[in-house]
Amino acid sequence: MFTSDTIVKVGIAQMDVVKAPNTIRTSGLGSCVGVVIYDETKQIAGLIHVMLPDSSLGKVDATNVAKFADTGIKALLDLLKAEGVQTFKLKAKIAGGAQMFQFTSDKSSMRIGPRNVEAVKNELNKYKIPLIAEDTGGNSGRTIEFSPVTNKLNIRTVNRGVSEI
Amino acid sequence: MNFNQKITSLHLDVLKEIGNIGAAHAATALSDLLSKKIDMQVPKVEMVTFDHMMELAGGSETVVVGVFLRIEGDVEGSMFFILPIEQANRFIQRLIHDETFDFYKAPVSELALSAMQEMGNILSGSYLSALSDFTKLKIYPTVPGLSVDMFGAIISTGLIELSQVSDHVIVINTSIFEEDIAISEAVHGHFFLLPDPDSFATIFKVLGVS
Repeated sequence: MFTSDTIVKVGIAQMDVVKAPNTIRTSGLGSCVGVVIYDETKQIAGLIHVMLPDSSLGKVDATNVAKFADTGIKALLDLLKAEGVQTFKLKAKIAGGAQMFQFTSDKSSMRIGPRNVEAVKNELNKYKIPLIAEDTGGNSGRTIEFSPVTNKLNIRTVNRGVSEI
Repeated sequence: MNFNQKITSLHLDVLKEIGNIGAAHAATALSDLLSKKIDMQVPKVEMVTFDHMMELAGGSETVVVGVFLRIEGDVEGSMFFILPIEQANRFIQRLIHDETFDFYKAPVSELALSAMQEMGNILSGSYLSALSDFTKLKIYPTVPGLSVDMFGAIISTGLIELSQVSDHVIVINTSIFEEDIAISEAVHGHFFLLPDPDSFATIFKVLGVS
């Protein structure tokens, strides 16, 4: 479909799937968690930008499944399966879950970052998808980009520069 | 979300007026603080998707200075004062009398961070007290937090509460700028007020448009 390498961009509370040599990216992760699930042999990767840990937090019925860790990861797996990947071959890398502002407030939504990370890990565990690497927590925003050719997750931050996991 | 359908143009006008009164007071406070003319634009009230919200200050990856506080009391919500780095640099240079100060140069001095936090405190305080006087609602702001980071990472903090009930956000957006800077060079700061969904009914009721 593409003649040259394309970067597929995923917005907040959205998801998408990409095939090599194209890459997939999401920007400005704060307390949200970017989850990459990939198949090395087929060189296919899915990325989801999760905002909230659990769809039971959703107070309305009709909602976007990609917003939550539980419904989102399931939906991403369905997208990947539609591309012909086998679940047992899948691996994951995650980044995000920061706390951008330091507050003394004990309001639960203020520590949503760590809760998102925990929920994502639980979901991956549920589907027996090994978590190969993570860069989570702290108080920096992150932009991430994954290449299904190298299987590397590139992470850019404002304060800590660029790294790869 | 049922309030989405119920918002009429009269409601939007009321929300615009809130942005107008709040930001006008904040702009006056900023002008006093810096001895500089500060102008503001007519507020925009928009119902946008989370993704679109990311574009309102130049894209989710744009590095900005962000002051964030939660509003508690009769109405609840999130308030942001967002400045592009260039603008924040000029303001802080003026405040701490150091022409070489630059938010891009790490580590940023404690004095500059403290000045920025205090500026955010004063401006959001004047925005919200004007709002409180106008509506006679009790509004308690939390102590503001400060972050120099990507706009997307900063603003998403305010979307968490909303995202539990909706995939859209009603944002009251007022931009301010220095009056004596050429339009081509003018970079705009933004006040973003994001009331929690439950608070709209309260606001409309006290202002007689329920």
